[in-house]
Amino acid sequence: MQRRVVIKTGGSLAMIAAAISAGVLPQSAFASWNKNAFDAKNLNDVVKAMGGSTAEKSGDIAITAPDIAENGAVVPIAVASKLANTESIAILVEKNPSSLAAQFDIPGGTEANVGTRVKMGQSSNVHAVVKAGGKYYVATKEVKVTLGGCGG
Amino acid sequence: MQRREFLNLLAIASASGAALNSRDLLAATNAQRMYDLPRFGNVHFLHMTDCHAQLKPIYFREPNVNLGFGSAFNKAPHLVGEHLLREFGVRRGSREAHAFTFLDFEAAAKTYGKVGGFAHLATLVKQMKASRPGALLLDGGDTWQGSATALWTNGQDMVDACLALGVDVMTAHWEFTLGAKRVQEIIEKDFKGKVDFIAQNVKTTDFEDLVFKPYTLREMNGVPIAIIGQAFPYTPIANPRYFTPEWSFGIREDDMQKTINEVRSKGAQVVVLLSHNGMDVDLKLASRVRGLDAILGGHTHDGVPGAIPVKNAGGTTLVTNAGSNSKFLGVLDFDVNNGKIADFRYKLLPVFSNLLAADPAMDALITKIRAPFESKLSETLATTDAMLYRRGNFNGTFDQLILDALMETKQTEIAFSPGFRWGTSLRSGQAITREHVMDQTATTYSYTTVSEMSGEMIKTVLEDIADNLFNPDPYYQQGGDMVRVGGLQYAIDPLGAQGRRISDMRLKGQPIDAAKIYKVAGWAPVSEAARDAKTEPVWDVVETWLKSKKRVTARRVNQPKILNTQGNQGIA
Repeated sequence: MQRRVVIKTGGSLAMIAAAISAGVLPQSAFASWNKNAFDAKNLNDVVKAMGGSTAEKSGDIAITAPDIAENGAVVPIAVASKLANTESIAILVEKNPSSLAAQFDIPGGTEANVGTRVKMGQSSNVHAVVKAGGKYYVATKEVKVTLGGCGG
Repeated sequence: MQRREFLNLLAIASASGAALNSRDLLAATNAQRMYDLPRFGNVHFLHMTDCHAQLKPIYFREPNVNLGFGSAFNKAPHLVGEHLLREFGVRRGSREAHAFTFLDFEAAAKTYGKVGGFAHLATLVKQMKASRPGALLLDGGDTWQGSATALWTNGQDMVDACLALGVDVMTAHWEFTLGAKRVQEIIEKDFKGKVDFIAQNVKTTDFEDLVFKPYTLREMNGVPIAIIGQAFPYTPIANPRYFTPEWSFGIREDDMQKTINEVRSKGAQVVVLLSHNGMDVDLKLASRVRGLDAILGGHTHDGVPGAIPVKNAGGTTLVTNAGSNSKFLGVLDFDVNNGKIADFRYKLLPVFSNLLAADPAMDALITKIRAPFESKLSETLATTDAMLYRRGNFNGTFDQLILDALMETKQTEIAFSPGFRWGTSLRSGQAITREHVMDQTATTYSYTTVSEMSGEMIKTVLEDIADNLFNPDPYYQQGGDMVRVGGLQYAIDPLGAQGRRISDMRLKGQPIDAAKIYKVAGWAPVSEAARDAKTEPVWDVVETWLKSKKRVTARRVNQPKILNTQGNQGIA
């Protein structure tokens, strides 16, 4: 069996995230769906809806994302947290109609490294919000969405 | 007065129109000096880049506008004319000054003749390889695109010429516009066992598997070395994504560091990056990754006479850029002792076609390649009264010609032409042949478009492209020039924020109305819809227009009003 087939049938964090955004998972998967957080329009409101007050900037969160998106419809974003006791990782696209694109719960003992693909209509800051040891931390990276053409 | 100075004076006198028949004398004397580059050290790289498929000698005018801001302000490569000469100690009026700058272009081109050409480049490569045993020839890409024959042979002419030239390692950009299949076919068939095609930053869109070998490890004169490849990071954005739908690019700085660490752990004592990032991106990358001894760069077509040392946490990385159009060959020598680099030498040699004899074998190959097309290539379409060139941040006379042809033929008041940096130059009075038109337009997606655009949309387009050129962070730049604009006047503030650089847009003196719809002609669209519309290629539009004119008068070049350029040495 090829690796592709295994992953398609077995699923992975990234695939599950894609499935959530496409709305294809059964209702039970949404047991912990935080409606307020996904309706929030900016970083502060998302952090509040997740139960925090403010998020502190952290150098222990790494965002892997293109500087310029190759296709705004599927922008690959990955987040890795080195913060001790990371409990959850959220990915926010500041200028999207709803900022929160994905939220991952990280069970104890799991490597805090997640990835997904998000849709972006325009250039925007992308925030990674990590909850660790009961506190909220954030890292930010700009992703440019351009019309293209005219290079070199 | 030394003989060299006297000869330079002769050259200037000749360039300024004095009746001196000194060309043969100059050729004989300066040739030896220019290419007399003794071997230094024991590790040698020969570097060519961005030849854009120019097999024959051509004229190429360097830019008089190449603005840099922020950390790039008044630093190479953002120095033009006298500023560049001063920075690198090149004497005005000399052959080198003609190679590196636009100064006195017409007169100097007449005196010093054409540049480049693979037969002449081959002679120089042979000479350098003979004096430098083990030297490797690295090709930075943009090699299989830019001429009629490259387009008509699907890149095969350049593949054959590069094999004959003895290219050892290559990375790419425009090569990808031949389509992923064709690129892989060349690598697996023609290049197999001969040329290493490398790129650490091209991965599959599904599982991020490497598409190409990321690096090559070699041994040169007993020294283990590594060459890492970096393809143009924004290929699927700057060019149509449909050519490489399953490949993802990007700068991938973290992967770069991992790759450097990997080749160092395998014992490489010299590590160089063969890069198609563009020089500003290379300068930033050099300041952030550790363990690169040099970045041999291309893409931005900067003919930079020296290697720029950049400090980083691991030491110093040299950054070079070797111009375009087979006009230059970079020669980088390292002296490696006991596993450490003791010293280096770098020289960017201009390829003057009348100083370097044509290599007979390469010359014969080029003649054979061109034979089926020769009559088509050499057909005169018109003659030009004035010099025609493209290169520059905002517009060039050849681009204005294309814009004029588009606006007149397509009956529009506004036209856009892409800010490409390739395209050869013509002297005043020269015949414009079909080959010259193809030199400016030969891509695999040169469809013409006529779009209805609102004033607001036009501004969005200009802002978007301006940001690709002037974003203060080089990682967000794409390395082309500003879209050339016909009909529409505007002002640009390169220091403005994203979306706030363009102002005072006017058409025939009247302000552009954000809500009004304008008809805009253009070419080289990146969308699949535009491809499927199968519209007329732009070379046909230009050719028809040229034939109707027969004689092309000097173009009135539409330049925007450029703000905040006080003290900037990137404009003259």
